[in-house]
Amino acid sequence: MSNQLAIEATGLTKAYGTTEVLGGVDLRVAPGSVFSLLGPNGAGKTTVVRILSTLLRPDGGRARVAGFDIAAQRHQVRRRISLTGQYAALDGLQTGAENLRMMARLSGLRGAAARRRAGELLARFGLEDAAGRRVATYSGGMRRRLDLAASLVGYPAVIFLDEPTTGLDLPSRQNMWQVIGDLAGSGVTIFLTTQYLEEADLLAGRVAVLDGGRIVAEGTTAELKARVAGQRLDLTLAGPAEFAEAGRRLGDRATHRDPPALTLGIPTDGTAPAIRALLDEIDPERALIGAFAVRATSLDDVFLALTQKETAHV
Amino acid sequence: MSDLTAAMPAPYRGRRATAWPFSPPGDYLTMAARCARLASREIDALMTSLFLPVMLMVTFVYLFGGAISTGTRYITYVVPGVLLLCAGVGSASTAVTVCRDMTGGIIDRFRAMDIGSLPMLAGHVAASVVRNAASSVLVFAVALGIGFRPHAGPVAWAGVAGLLLLFVLALSWLAAAVGLLVSSPEAANAFMFVPMIVTYASSAFVPVRTMPVWLHGFASHQPATPVIETLRGLLLGTHLGATGWQAVAWCGGILVASVALSAAAFRHRTR
Repeated sequence: MSNQLAIEATGLTKAYGTTEVLGGVDLRVAPGSVFSLLGPNGAGKTTVVRILSTLLRPDGGRARVAGFDIAAQRHQVRRRISLTGQYAALDGLQTGAENLRMMARLSGLRGAAARRRAGELLARFGLEDAAGRRVATYSGGMRRRLDLAASLVGYPAVIFLDEPTTGLDLPSRQNMWQVIGDLAGSGVTIFLTTQYLEEADLLAGRVAVLDGGRIVAEGTTAELKARVAGQRLDLTLAGPAEFAEAGRRLGDRATHRDPPALTLGIPTDGTAPAIRALLDEIDPERALIGAFAVRATSLDDVFLALTQKETAHV
Repeated sequence: MSDLTAAMPAPYRGRRATAWPFSPPGDYLTMAARCARLASREIDALMTSLFLPVMLMVTFVYLFGGAISTGTRYITYVVPGVLLLCAGVGSASTAVTVCRDMTGGIIDRFRAMDIGSLPMLAGHVAASVVRNAASSVLVFAVALGIGFRPHAGPVAWAGVAGLLLLFVLALSWLAAAVGLLVSSPEAANAFMFVPMIVTYASSAFVPVRTMPVWLHGFASHQPATPVIETLRGLLLGTHLGATGWQAVAWCGGILVASVALSAAAFRHRTR
């Protein structure tokens, strides 16, 4: 069975000097699926992508991508993947069409075929009107779309997208989501990194949460949300001293802390007995809590709960 | 085990079956076309590489020429030196273009596409050759216009072109290696001073015998002097002696060493 996985990584480690970047990462991605590696800045997401796309050698661990070993069969892997990094890998002084034709030729297409493939992709990504303009004049969103188009010229089996929407405004991000969503289901495997939960939730079937160089959770977004209770009880404390005291009593259980607003958030199922019990437990003297509110858990709560748990262990 | 990739779409890149480390010839052509196009669109850099040599020649002939005594008309003496200086400075900018590629995002895409380091670097070298050919023609044209009178037959002209080409190739590859070794395009730009100083401390602009004695050893036994003496001999129809072979040996040696150094530096940088 494992031979059929698009990506299979076991125990990947990487350190720069004494700084550990990856502390043993395991990943399994089914072919044709969209998989998201989610994590805050500095979690090691780009390092994972660079290792899997053969640009960086891991210190330890093994991985197979598109059926080939990333160390021993680097060239076979490269023939089957594409990489779109955080910074558009395009020549600003060439036009959009020239960039795509160049990538098509480098992928082995000749003359007319390269021209046809470039035209096809420009049309598919809504860049026909800008095809004859130099890329330096493109907006950020257009550049990302062209970058993604460039990564598709060679019909890759596995596509790596490293933070494809970072730095884009909302309309451009939505446009990218649309484009990536259209790609999914076409048979290619998409490995996407992001720091936005919304993006992972929207695009990916499965999500792995990377924090401090380790996978702290993995599953579907629904499974991840279920790991944290469905509601959050927000307590607004009477003053800074009360905030500190309640925070001390709650410890790790407070997944949300907002000192300026004197607010603490605790996951709960939202039922009256549970909330009554919680209030009694934290504030038996009825002196700390000024007000409370119950709200639905956002994915941010899940993310914070997962990543904070990890830092608590370190 | 034959069904390893059963669930994967078949790879498209059929021509990539070329055995490593040999890249398909098409990659070299595509990369050369890319770099030539980029160079032709960087207008300010292009203007500098075309007109700086002409300005230098005019400066030497009209400002310094009167004060320098070489035994012949100074324009006759100085044209080979100006040619070499402009080829050197023109080649040096390869360090900048290579470094810019290495520090931008595009290098990761090329590597993930399995484009070898040699086609990537050769593209920049090819662009450098084209640029230098254009500026050399311009220098010759202006030199003829202000009174340079060569006595060279077709064979000698071919020799001049061949030697200049070899020199540009050698220095461009050396510059490519430097571009791989430094961390920023600004630092790469400083490489320009190497061919400048080497040319100044040669027989390019003044005869070696007019230099301080301690400089004679360096000035006579460094690559620029035999190359210039050979160009001079070919253009003016004088006897070459051993300088021809010395010039080819120097350039060939620098070329081979620089290609090897570039390959090693690329491997080191992308480890």
